[in-house]
Amino acid sequence: MTRYLSLYFTRIGFSVATAVLGAVFALPLIWFVFAPFNPRAELGLAVPDPFSLANFETVFQNAFALRGLWNSLIQSVGGVVLVGAGATLASYALSRSPIRGKNVVTYILLLFSSVVSGSAAMVPIFLIVNGMGLIDTHIAVILVFAGGLLPTAMFILRDFIDGIPKSYEESAMVAGASPVQAFFDVALPVIRPGVVVVVVWAFVNIWGSFLIPFILLRSSEKMPASVAIYSFYSEAGTPIVTLLAAYSLLYSLPVIVLYLFVSWKFGFRFFGGIKA
Amino acid sequence: MASVSFDSVTKKFGDFTAVSDLGIGIGDGEFVCLLGPSGCGKTTTLRMIAGLETPTSGRVRIGDRDVTFMHPKDRKISMVFQDYALYPHMNLADNIAYPLKVRGESKEKRHARAREVADVLKIGQLLERMPSQISGGQQQRTSLARALVYPSDVYLFDEPLSNLDAKLRLEARGFLNHLQRDMGMTAVYVTHDQAEAMALATRVAVMDAGVVVQYAPPLEVYRRPATTFVANFVGNPPMNLLPVEAMIADGALHLRADGLATSPLKVTRAAAKALEGGKSLTLGVRPEHLSIASGGEENTIAGQLFANENMGPEALVTLEREDAARFTARIFTDEMVALEGRVRLGFAADHIHLFDGEGLRLPLDGEEG
Ligand SMILES: Nc1ncnc2c1ncn2[C@@H]1O[C@H](COP(=O)(O)OP(=O)(O)O)[C@@H](O)[C@H]1O
Ligand SMILES: [Mg+2]
Repeated sequence: MTRYLSLYFTRIGFSVATAVLGAVFALPLIWFVFAPFNPRAELGLAVPDPFSLANFETVFQNAFALRGLWNSLIQSVGGVVLVGAGATLASYALSRSPIRGKNVVTYILLLFSSVVSGSAAMVPIFLIVNGMGLIDTHIAVILVFAGGLLPTAMFILRDFIDGIPKSYEESAMVAGASPVQAFFDVALPVIRPGVVVVVVWAFVNIWGSFLIPFILLRSSEKMPASVAIYSFYSEAGTPIVTLLAAYSLLYSLPVIVLYLFVSWKFGFRFFGGIKA
Repeated sequence: MASVSFDSVTKKFGDFTAVSDLGIGIGDGEFVCLLGPSGCGKTTTLRMIAGLETPTSGRVRIGDRDVTFMHPKDRKISMVFQDYALYPHMNLADNIAYPLKVRGESKEKRHARAREVADVLKIGQLLERMPSQISGGQQQRTSLARALVYPSDVYLFDEPLSNLDAKLRLEARGFLNHLQRDMGMTAVYVTHDQAEAMALATRVAVMDAGVVVQYAPPLEVYRRPATTFVANFVGNPPMNLLPVEAMIADGALHLRADGLATSPLKVTRAAAKALEGGKSLTLGVRPEHLSIASGGEENTIAGQLFANENMGPEALVTLEREDAARFTARIFTDEMVALEGRVRLGFAADHIHLFDGEGLRLPLDGEEG
């Protein structure tokens, strides 16, 4: 009897402890949801009273802030298209062709990619981009991101394609398809879930990054949202919390929408573990 | 339809030789089975006909075309894959019609043709389904339909029935046999199931470690296996093999082993030659040629009863000898076979097989040409 009782109390204790821990992690999220609708938002947590959209009005009147979201979109979509197309073709070739040493190539690329998009390479990247005369252009940001993300994307996708039987394309070719037809008719649809994962991953990466656009861009009309957020300070240097809160929410929406769309359309088979 | 021929074809993967100096020819309208244990090079051979693998040396011909380096799409072949390789994102109609799509047929035409073939294979009512929504047997027939939807010179099958359960496999085997009779197609069919090969083939190529050890009609392979390997692979249960000591005395061939008594055999030229090198031979008797001995000791083999399995129309009686070798008899009876202790199995002298020290068949009386 006492054994059951002690077990009972252990359970209760455990539940309380995890609930407290969960609450600690939930606090910033709750702020993140409430503050945008609170015209008097501060850094402390408060239920909006009155509930209003005034903060959003201010954001929408701020051309620079909107421009930032638009720039983020240009750079992210540009980078995603390059990474998605490049990684799909490259990893397919790496997976299916009998080239010797292809594993070594993949691993070396992977090793260097963490350097390319990391802060260690910022000076050489700046010098290269400067030398090419691309400083303060969208294309510079897109190219640097593509270079940094491609190897990892290729690595993820190659692993995925390696797991797909070759007999799909082989049966297509035996049936009369050219390699290109077999790729587009059969292979691409089958590897699409993997491509989707890579595309989402690349989008989230570019959308949320600060350092690279901050260094490669000069003019305020080209800055993405992640950099634009930094300008929401008063002359005195204190953050304008109301504006910041509303903008943060807007800034997060595309990523959330993307996740929802993808999981509705394809299902996150590779993130979620088990999906029946 | 067309013939297929291999001209001393060798295929290596790195240092490993998967197929070695293959030289078989497959006639127009023949149904050839490549039979052998897993890993002996059957699939590799098939894939070289399909163009999915390129020979390391030698030539492959389809009809009078040298296709050794030709792309699969230009070979005019059909292939059924072991894993079916149905496209998961297309419904059955599109799966079956895919070969017509790449040939530029209109959607209407190719779907009409797909329906025709699907009806023959009794999957006509499933055309709207996706591959994941049908059973294994239906998937198998879908992949067969995709191979039959357009006319080909050669039809290739890679263990198409191995993923089916026993009952469906028999049914599909019968259908393939019927199809072959109907169409007279040139087919190369890979299997490790000897019964499938016997049932379907006009000729069987028995392979072992990348080499074709015998290439002959199924009955010939059954009656006169070229090596102990073939003898052991073809037949269910396989042939009983027993090492024996042989000697020639009084102009006759005598075989000796514990518990074995055979009548003297005629000395053939091959036997005489084999015995120059040594006196060890291998005796082979098929289970279906053994019976419970009733009369004298001649042409019998003895041992302790090991197993007695009644299976309805027949019984398998296995005896174990002192040297642990087992002999199985397949007795055609629906009676319970009552046996105990020491058992003697008898055979007819003209049903024995002899193999030399290397395991090669020694022609017996009447076989020598
Ligand atoms: N692409 C390959 N690379 C290396 N070895 C291979 C390859 N394909 C087949 N093999 C080897 O060649 C041998 C024959 O293979 P296979 O033709 O598939 O045998 P089977 O179909 O008779 O079971 C096997 O030992 C297999 O491991
Ligand atoms: Mg195989």
